[in-house]
Amino acid sequence: MTKTDMALPDAELLLQRLADQLRPAIHKDTALVGIHSGGVWIMERLLTMLGSNLPQGRLDVSFYRDDFGQRGLHQDTRPSQIPFEVEDRHIILIDDVFYTGRTIRAAMNELFDYGRPASISLAVLVNRGGRELPIAPQFCAHDMNLPAGLNLQLMRDAQGLFHLTLEESQDV
Amino acid sequence: MKIHIKNGRLIDPANGIDSQHDLFVAAGKVVGIGRPPADFSPNQVIDANGLIVCPGLVDLSARLREPGNEYKATLESEMLAAAAGGVTSLACPPDTDPVLDEPGLVEMLKHRARLLNLAHVYPLGALTRQLQGVVLTEMCELTEAGCVGFSQAGTPITDTMVLWRSMQYAATFGFTVWLHPQDSYLADKGVAHDGEVAARLGLRPIPAAAETVALATMLRLARETGARLHVCRLSTAESVDMIAEAKASGLAVTCDVTANHLHLTEYDIGYFDANSHLQPPLRSQRDRDALRRGLAEGAIDAVCSDHTPVDKDAKLLPFGESEAGATCLELLLPLTLKWASEQGLSLSDAIASITNRPAAIMGIKAGHLGLHATADICIFDPEQYWKIEDKALRSQGKNTPFTGMELAGKVRYTLLEGNIIYKN
Amino acid sequence: MPKACFTSPWKKVKMFNPQLTDDGKLKHLLTIDGLPRDIITQILDTAESFVGVAEREVKKVPLLRGKTVCNIFFENSTRTRTTFEIAAKRLSADVINLNVSTSSQSKGETILDTIDNLTAMHADMFVVRHAQSGAAHFIARHVKPHIHVINAGDGRHAHPTQALLDVFTIRRYKPDMHNLRVALVGDILHSRVARSEIHALTTLGVPEIRVIAPKTLLPEHVEKIGVHVYHDMNAGLRDVDVVMMLRLQNERMSGALLPSAQEYFKTFGLTQEKLALAKPDAIVTHPGPMNRGIEIDSAVADGRQSVILPQVTYGIAVRMAVMSILAGNS
Repeated sequence: MTKTDMALPDAELLLQRLADQLRPAIHKDTALVGIHSGGVWIMERLLTMLGSNLPQGRLDVSFYRDDFGQRGLHQDTRPSQIPFEVEDRHIILIDDVFYTGRTIRAAMNELFDYGRPASISLAVLVNRGGRELPIAPQFCAHDMNLPAGLNLQLMRDAQGLFHLTLEESQDV
Repeated sequence: MKIHIKNGRLIDPANGIDSQHDLFVAAGKVVGIGRPPADFSPNQVIDANGLIVCPGLVDLSARLREPGNEYKATLESEMLAAAAGGVTSLACPPDTDPVLDEPGLVEMLKHRARLLNLAHVYPLGALTRQLQGVVLTEMCELTEAGCVGFSQAGTPITDTMVLWRSMQYAATFGFTVWLHPQDSYLADKGVAHDGEVAARLGLRPIPAAAETVALATMLRLARETGARLHVCRLSTAESVDMIAEAKASGLAVTCDVTANHLHLTEYDIGYFDANSHLQPPLRSQRDRDALRRGLAEGAIDAVCSDHTPVDKDAKLLPFGESEAGATCLELLLPLTLKWASEQGLSLSDAIASITNRPAAIMGIKAGHLGLHATADICIFDPEQYWKIEDKALRSQGKNTPFTGMELAGKVRYTLLEGNIIYKN
Repeated sequence: MPKACFTSPWKKVKMFNPQLTDDGKLKHLLTIDGLPRDIITQILDTAESFVGVAEREVKKVPLLRGKTVCNIFFENSTRTRTTFEIAAKRLSADVINLNVSTSSQSKGETILDTIDNLTAMHADMFVVRHAQSGAAHFIARHVKPHIHVINAGDGRHAHPTQALLDVFTIRRYKPDMHNLRVALVGDILHSRVARSEIHALTTLGVPEIRVIAPKTLLPEHVEKIGVHVYHDMNAGLRDVDVVMMLRLQNERMSGALLPSAQEYFKTFGLTQEKLALAKPDAIVTHPGPMNRGIEIDSAVADGRQSVILPQVTYGIAVRMAVMSILAGNS
């Protein structure tokens, strides 16, 4: 399957679908945590659809990645912000594309350094296939099966609207 | 041993010679210039085609590290270095261990050097006992033992009364006093020139005033006492002017500069390169340019190597803790040639600054190749480039700021009293 | 364009900046002089993230897990050593503290032997403080290729992490560095902190940097580093946005550099009155430890314009940033 053969789904539609999946799962102890940067974009949009008074946080997992030894420190680290108590909270982690699962492992490790949540669920826009760890999203707007050489990315335009793109992967 | 040196370009500045002349040597002396004496059949012929034939070099300062500092270098290794550098006469400073303040020590050093037979060694005696700047040494006895002058090496006399008296005493007998212009208080254990580089790198500074203040004092005292003064190792532009003025007013003063200071500046310290840790320190570009001009115009009389072999461990330290000094016997010739060519001067001018002019300062009959002169000869290739690296140096000291660089000027033969002591 | 090397005017031989790898990444942190602006910015930006970490209950991140950081202090300093130790531990590194003045060094072991022994114990990073200028450069030149060296202060030459935490602090309170007037007050001559601070401010584009000190405490050619010299503190403090105080060491009085602490305080000490000449929202920094009543008045040190305590917190974050970036550049 080559790049040109792929028909990518409409990210805005996926976002609606994800919001519909999540709505019944929102309770008084729920908090949303977006993973920089795509996960944060999605979380911001979801909050407008699900209720902006939900506790929200953002995670930059640069300090918890398992590839630090190979690739060094990410150039663009941003401060993580978890302004609520993690203890006993039902946290919904939000990311744009689920791939190997390593980012989510890093995010969970980081979350646990803030406190002990009651539960963590994972919500993603797309699961692109290629998991390397026993981690899976509970909420997912679209499943697909992409070969390893391709990179699926979420883009946001000037109006704030999402679309997906596919590129040759930079690393081998 | 009868030697015929043929096809060489003979440069003997003392006798105003610079042209193609063969040279004939017998019984340790020059016996013919241009034409051989009658019935001359050589035991050996040296073909000096393309090479310069000049008097063996005369170095005003080379530390041989004996007695006392044999772990840094030995008499033998350093005299081999002298031979490799074309240096056949050298003066060594008194800062050995023990200090050269006793006739017995001087005699022993001269004896050892004579046995090795690789260069004429002329010790400088200590001006004060143990170089401590308090009690005078027996200058007459030391001169008899072979000293050509008296010095404090790098330990200046701080008590001006003692300085005055020591110069007066030397003047009584016509001895030359060799002094390094440095005021200990102003130098204050500094390690680098008080300029931009020391400010940036946070190195303890030695202001130019440390040299000029001391120079002013010694010039004044030389005038008062009538002592013959040789000022060692100029490093500042102002010093050059002060010496020129003193000479113009008729004072019997001479001075020298090291081969390193003719080329390098404070910038050569780079990222704290201990090989550039010298005393006096490498100063600004302005100072260096003034030293180059001063030598060209005659305010500075001679170039010396100030050869200071330092063992590797003593340089493998942070800059301020490292031992100052550079190995330089084998670089004296190429560095002097480089200076002359950059200043647009002749080979003869270059060679004069390291042969007859330093010989005159030392008061020895050397540095020239007239008929019947001692056959101390240096034969070199002015065009041959060679790389300055550990294995190319005979000295045990490999510490030079020029490591890794290529310089032009390679000694091919060195003769001492008519014997070939070095061949390349 | 990163300044990876400079050319000696005589030698025409490139002397490579030993801090950077061939492709311009940070290999050692030895001095701010010659450090490219984007690397300084990267350190400051990364430090922002670490400030947040310090405010959590679990103040650790796993970045340097399995790595060993050695604090090699040839010159004593409990404060600095402690902050480096905390920073390393918060990165989950193992820490070895070697206070060399009490150990084998005084038994005649050379610096290089000490370094070799520590390397054999699988140290990955050396944090070095030494009384000689250039000591960190010297050690960096001789360590094995995989080891990173951080200069924690060498003689009078540099104290890069101090300068970085100072500019980090300034940036937090005064984000627009291109519009600042900064004054450094005190013993510039003997201060590695001052030298590093001046380089950092210059590289970050601070347009006006002043030094306020008596002539005896200024290096001979200090203007050449890019500063305006003032001997009158009232003139020097006028309209400045940041006052960076330097510590005055006791030895200065005995070296014929200053007559007394009292006169120094009168002419160059920072009091409320003098601070009032600066901008009303000016901030005051000090690398610590402070000599209250000698270079700075208690009222100022404890006052609302002082950012001296935040500096300490930020110091840990900045050092964590430096260590992380270095460890990632292997």
